[in-house]
Amino acid sequence: MNIVVCIKQVPDTTEIKIDPVKNTLIRDGVPSIMNPDDKGGLELALRMKDSYGANVTVITMGPPQAELILREAMAMGADRAILLTDRKFAGADTLATSYALAGAMKTMDYDLIIAGRQAIDGDTAQVGPEMAEHLDIPQVSYVVNAERLENGNLLVKKESEESVQTLEVEGKCVLTVLASAFNARYMTVSGIVEAYDKEVEIWGADKIEVDETKLGLKGSPTKVFKSFPKSLKAPGEVHEVSEEEAVELIVNKLKEKHII
Amino acid sequence: MDIKDYKNVFVFAEQRNGVIQPVAFELLGKARDLADALGEKVVALLLGYNVKEEAQRLIEMGADEVIVADCPELKDYITEQYSQAVYQIITEQKPTIVLYGATTIGRDLAPRIAARLNTGLTADCTQLEIADTEEGDKQFRMTRPAFGGNLMATIICPNNRPQMSTVRPGVMQKRQREEGRQGVVTMFAPKFDTARFKVKLINTEMKNTSKNDISEAKILVSGGRGVKNAEGFDKLQALADTLGGMVSSSRAMVDAGVVDHSIQVGQTGKTVRPELYLACGISGAIQHLAGMEESGYIIAINKDKYAPIFSAADLGIVGDLHKIVPMLNERIKKEIEK
Repeated sequence: MNIVVCIKQVPDTTEIKIDPVKNTLIRDGVPSIMNPDDKGGLELALRMKDSYGANVTVITMGPPQAELILREAMAMGADRAILLTDRKFAGADTLATSYALAGAMKTMDYDLIIAGRQAIDGDTAQVGPEMAEHLDIPQVSYVVNAERLENGNLLVKKESEESVQTLEVEGKCVLTVLASAFNARYMTVSGIVEAYDKEVEIWGADKIEVDETKLGLKGSPTKVFKSFPKSLKAPGEVHEVSEEEAVELIVNKLKEKHII
Repeated sequence: MDIKDYKNVFVFAEQRNGVIQPVAFELLGKARDLADALGEKVVALLLGYNVKEEAQRLIEMGADEVIVADCPELKDYITEQYSQAVYQIITEQKPTIVLYGATTIGRDLAPRIAARLNTGLTADCTQLEIADTEEGDKQFRMTRPAFGGNLMATIICPNNRPQMSTVRPGVMQKRQREEGRQGVVTMFAPKFDTARFKVKLINTEMKNTSKNDISEAKILVSGGRGVKNAEGFDKLQALADTLGGMVSSSRAMVDAGVVDHSIQVGQTGKTVRPELYLACGISGAIQHLAGMEESGYIIAINKDKYAPIFSAADLGIVGDLHKIVPMLNERIKKEIEK
C-alpha cells in the first residue's frame, strides 16, 4: 500500500503577537512547525504502516526551508520525502495550491492520500477536497479513524458537529484528518539519524503534470485586496475592587442593560 | 467566461434530517443585503429528500426563489451526490455569488464545487459587502481572519464566477421572518452519474452532547483555565441557570477534558454573539476572542489584571471568580425575586 501524506510548514500562530504601537504582526522569532492536523494525518499513515505494511511518502509545497518538516516526518517514520518548490508556485491560493499538489500526485503511484483538515495559518480546509476533485477521486473530511477492510475498501469515521459517521470508501481517496484524533508519535533517535542520511527529493514545476498557466498567482482566482490588523474596540472599564463591590458593579450593569 | 452573464446571489440552504440549519437563515439575511445592493435576486438551494415543504420558510426568511432538488440520493449528505446536484444547478443558473455555511458539510462541499467550477472560494468570512470601484463596477469583497485571527484579509475574486464564500454559524444576522411572503419554488431533478458514487454511508451515531447549542444562547457564562475543574464549572452553571443562560468554555478546559468540545468558543470552537458574555478565568487568547468579541456586552473576571480578555471586555473585574461567581449568583437571585 502506498500512502502519500501532504504536510505544510506553518508559523505557530499561537505565538504571533500584535505590535501594540504599530498595530502590525510581529513575526520575528515565531517558530515554524509542522501543521498540527497534518501531523495527525502522518500519524494515521504511520499507524496504517504498522498495521498493514505501507510505504509512506510525505510531500510539501513551500520554500526550501520547508525541508525541515520533511526531515521531521522521516524521523517519525516516513519512508520518502518530496519538496515541491518553484517560483512558479508562488502566490498560489487554495485552488492553485491544490492543483500543483494534484499534479505531483499524478506522477506518483498511490493508493491513499492523507492531508490535515486545515492549516493553522489559513484555516481554510480547502486544499484536501480541491485536490481530490482535481484527481477525480472521493474525499472524506474531518476523519477521526480509518481502517482497511478485507475487500480492500476503507472504513472511515468522520466527525461532524453532532455525530460520528461511518463511511465505506471504494478505491483511491483523499482523507483529511483531525489532529485531536491522532496523538502523534515522537521522533526516534535512530529515526533522526536516518532522516539526515535520506535524501529529500526536490521537485519543480517541470517535474509534475500541470498546465503552468494554472500555477501560482496566475492560476489563483482569489486575490488579496487588502489586509489589516484587527481593529481593537475601545477599552472598557477595569476595576480592582473588593468582591462585594465587584458584585454590585456587575449587578448594576446588568440592570442598566435590562439583562436582569 | 463572460462575467456579465452571472447574476443573483445563491445560498446553499443546509438541512440535516430535514431540518434547515440556522446558518442558512443567517446567510439569507446577508444574501438579501448583497442582492439588494446589486439589484438582483436571492435564490436558496434546498437539497434533500422530502424537504420541499420547507421551501416556504426560506422565502419568509428572505429568498425570492427556492430551487429544490428532492430525491432519495440526497437524503443524507454525501460529498459526490451533493456536488453533482449543486454543480448542475450552478452551471445552469450562473449565479454571481454562492454562500455556504462554514459547517462540516459546507466546508466539505464548497471546495469540491470550487475546484469543479475552477473558481475561487473564501473560507470563514466574517464580513461580506458590495463595494463600488473607481471603474464604476460593483465588487464583492469578502473579509476573513488569517493567521489564527491575528490579521484580517479582504479577498476578491475578480475574473472567475461564481464568487463563493463560506460563513461560520453565528456570524451573520438573520432577518425577521415575514409570514406569507411570496416567492417562486422551482423543482430541479439532478442527473446523477452513479459510477462516481464511491462512498457509502454505513451509519450515523449521534454524539452524546447536550442538545442545547451555545451559539443560540442569549446569555453565556464562560469558563477558562481559571475555573480549574468540574466543581468550578458547577459554580458557573448555577449562575447560568439563574440568568436563564448557558455555560460555555475556552479551549483550555476542553483540552483538559473538563468539558465537551461542543461548548467551546473560539477559532476551533463556535462563534457566539450572545447579549451577555461573562468570561470567568479566561485569559483571552486571540483565538478565543475571535469567537466571542461580537457579543452584546462582555464582562470579564480574571485574577491577572494584564490578561488580554480585559481589552475585549466592556466591564472588567480583577478578582477571584471562585468567590465572586457564587456571591453574584446569590445577589442576582435576590434581585430577580424583588
